[in-house]
Amino acid sequence: MSQFLWIIIALPLASAVFLHFAGRRIGEPRAGYLATLSVAGSFALALGAALPFFQGKSDGVTVNIWEWMPAIGAVLEINWDPLAALMTLIITGVGALIHLYAIGYMHGEARFTRFFVYLNLFVASMLTLVLAGNFAMLFMGWELVGLCSFLLISFWSTRPAANAAGKKAFIVNRIGDFGFLVGLMLIFSTFSTLSYAGIFERAEEVLSPGMATAIGLLILIGAAGKSAQIPLYVWLPDAMEGPTPVSALIHAATMVTAGVYVIARSAVIFEISPIAGPIVATVGAATALWAATIALAQKDIKRVLAYSTISQLGYMFLAVGAAGHVAGVFHLMTHAFFKALLFLGAGSVIHGMAGKDGLGEQNMEKMGGLRKAMPITAVTMLIGTIAISGIPPLAGFWSKDEILGVAFSRGGWFWVLWIVGLVTALITAFYMTRQFVLVFLGEPRWTEGVHPHESPRTMTLPLIALAGLSIVGGLLNTPFRTALEHFLEPSFELVALTHPPEGLGMFVLLAGLSTLAGLAGAGAAFLTYNRPAELWGRFEAAFGRTWTLWSEGYRVDDLYGATLVKPGLRAAEDAAFRFDTPIIDGAVNGAGRLVRAAASKGRGLQTGMVRSYGALFAAGTVAVIGWIIWRGA
Amino acid sequence: MSLVVTAGWYMTLAAVLFALGALGILIRRNALVMFMCIELMLNAVNLTFVAAGRALGNLDGQLAVFFVLVVAAAEVVVGLAIIVAIFRRRQSASVDELSELAG
Repeated sequence: MSQFLWIIIALPLASAVFLHFAGRRIGEPRAGYLATLSVAGSFALALGAALPFFQGKSDGVTVNIWEWMPAIGAVLEINWDPLAALMTLIITGVGALIHLYAIGYMHGEARFTRFFVYLNLFVASMLTLVLAGNFAMLFMGWELVGLCSFLLISFWSTRPAANAAGKKAFIVNRIGDFGFLVGLMLIFSTFSTLSYAGIFERAEEVLSPGMATAIGLLILIGAAGKSAQIPLYVWLPDAMEGPTPVSALIHAATMVTAGVYVIARSAVIFEISPIAGPIVATVGAATALWAATIALAQKDIKRVLAYSTISQLGYMFLAVGAAGHVAGVFHLMTHAFFKALLFLGAGSVIHGMAGKDGLGEQNMEKMGGLRKAMPITAVTMLIGTIAISGIPPLAGFWSKDEILGVAFSRGGWFWVLWIVGLVTALITAFYMTRQFVLVFLGEPRWTEGVHPHESPRTMTLPLIALAGLSIVGGLLNTPFRTALEHFLEPSFELVALTHPPEGLGMFVLLAGLSTLAGLAGAGAAFLTYNRPAELWGRFEAAFGRTWTLWSEGYRVDDLYGATLVKPGLRAAEDAAFRFDTPIIDGAVNGAGRLVRAAASKGRGLQTGMVRSYGALFAAGTVAVIGWIIWRGA
Repeated sequence: MSLVVTAGWYMTLAAVLFALGALGILIRRNALVMFMCIELMLNAVNLTFVAAGRALGNLDGQLAVFFVLVVAAAEVVVGLAIIVAIFRRRQSASVDELSELAG
């Protein structure tokens, strides 16, 4: 069985290659269905291959596919353990639903099949990342998902904003990737291999705490780039320029969780370092709060979700930083469900709000009252909103509560982070409820010519499925039944996991607090925004410049622009026009000019007179012979 | 007193012939005559080969002469063909008029 694991990656890849060459010929809906089927096929295969884990019969296998660079342990090998299996199931499961949704969403798009080529390529790349058995192959997938993200953000390449956003995502990720790469080099110089088995099993004896800290922090830089954490999160809000299924799949459910995955995978290294984990957790908590406050004041329906994603990823970092890896991965999973749902719902709203120009409305101030026009979208979005707000018994409550519990039980500095998490939970509930109320309740504030309508079935089916998962997904790992933890145990057998505090009393206390925070936020937002626009407009105006600062994302883009981008551009311009043009080009052109000058002088010798050649030849011969005789004498 | 003809005599004769050929190439304009001068120089060299071979008592010199003869024959064939072709086109074999490839 395990030697067929490569098919999980190969299936979407083959579909991408096929659609690249034959996509146009098989036409619009069929190309999308083929792409969806390939991902669903991977899901089915992964489910079958994960059966031994469910039954507790296997702890995982490593299958060698191809000796790529065996000297550094960089072979193409699949590491099939419970963590990889869970990630694969999330990627292919949520991925298949989003593929299906995209068939409806991208209807009538000129580059319809091209979109599915990229989407399939992304799934294959992401699977390469999570199924890798060593850091070299992981890095290959890491870079490939970055490429796909770039291609899909700037998919509407006629829009300047989309191109700028794609470029920004790529460049910001390069910064993180650089740190990650240096971290991998440190790992290699310490262990002489990049293979998981060779690293994690020997880490305890080989790795000094200082080296573990260095490697851990470098991995954190890479993870912060890919998973949009402070200070590298700025690319994710702009990435919303991509089509909404892309936002749901790549920039919410899967790719951005790669950083969390890598830290969970490297748990052993973080355990040896005394401070790397707390730093990860602090970055996560800070990001969670920071992004949540920005999300409060956004008007664009997708930008709210983008900042919300950054904030939720912060929770996951808080969890893995506190060694609560199961909690982090659990939240990764539930977040994949409800955030994909929320994005797809937002896409459905944008799709339904398409005006005369064909462009969908994204400004929530011009929505309102959509619940009647789009009942399915409204109900599913409501479920997603409750789930992310952490209100029991939906998915988000269980996973967020476990993270907060982990932070609480670590104590010390983590209590501060726990409070930050609690405050963030309140803000999260507030801005998500604000979004729901602004979009679906109240009076219509639509612009002229907009006729909202419910989306086609290919779009509503994934919404319903994801809503179902958002309701029940949390029950996988409750304090009463830790099924997910049991499932993931083999992957974390080398580390001591942090658990939430034991006992029903503590659970009720902590869960009560976070539920209270969620309900308070949601209630406050409902009371504020379920009123005529002037009233909540006055509410927002009361915050004055703070609100403006939030809505502009603390002007971090301006700060980076002034301190990094502008000097960088100037340095590049100086290099181009002051160094490259005069010195490099000068040297090259100078060499050419020298040859031409020598030639224009030298060609006078070429008279065309045979006898003058003869005379020169004879004189030369005499000179050479004369010199030989003179020297010999 | 009898006159002894040593290798040196042959060498001197060869040098004179070679110089004559070289001078001819430098001062004559007719391609055909220049060609004959080249032959003269080649044969001057042949003479030194034979004389040296006899003086040293081995066959190496005479062997080299055969190679020179073969090469000269081939060269004559090609060279004469070119000269004839040029003459047909221009009604002249003066090398001074052939300066189209001047730089």
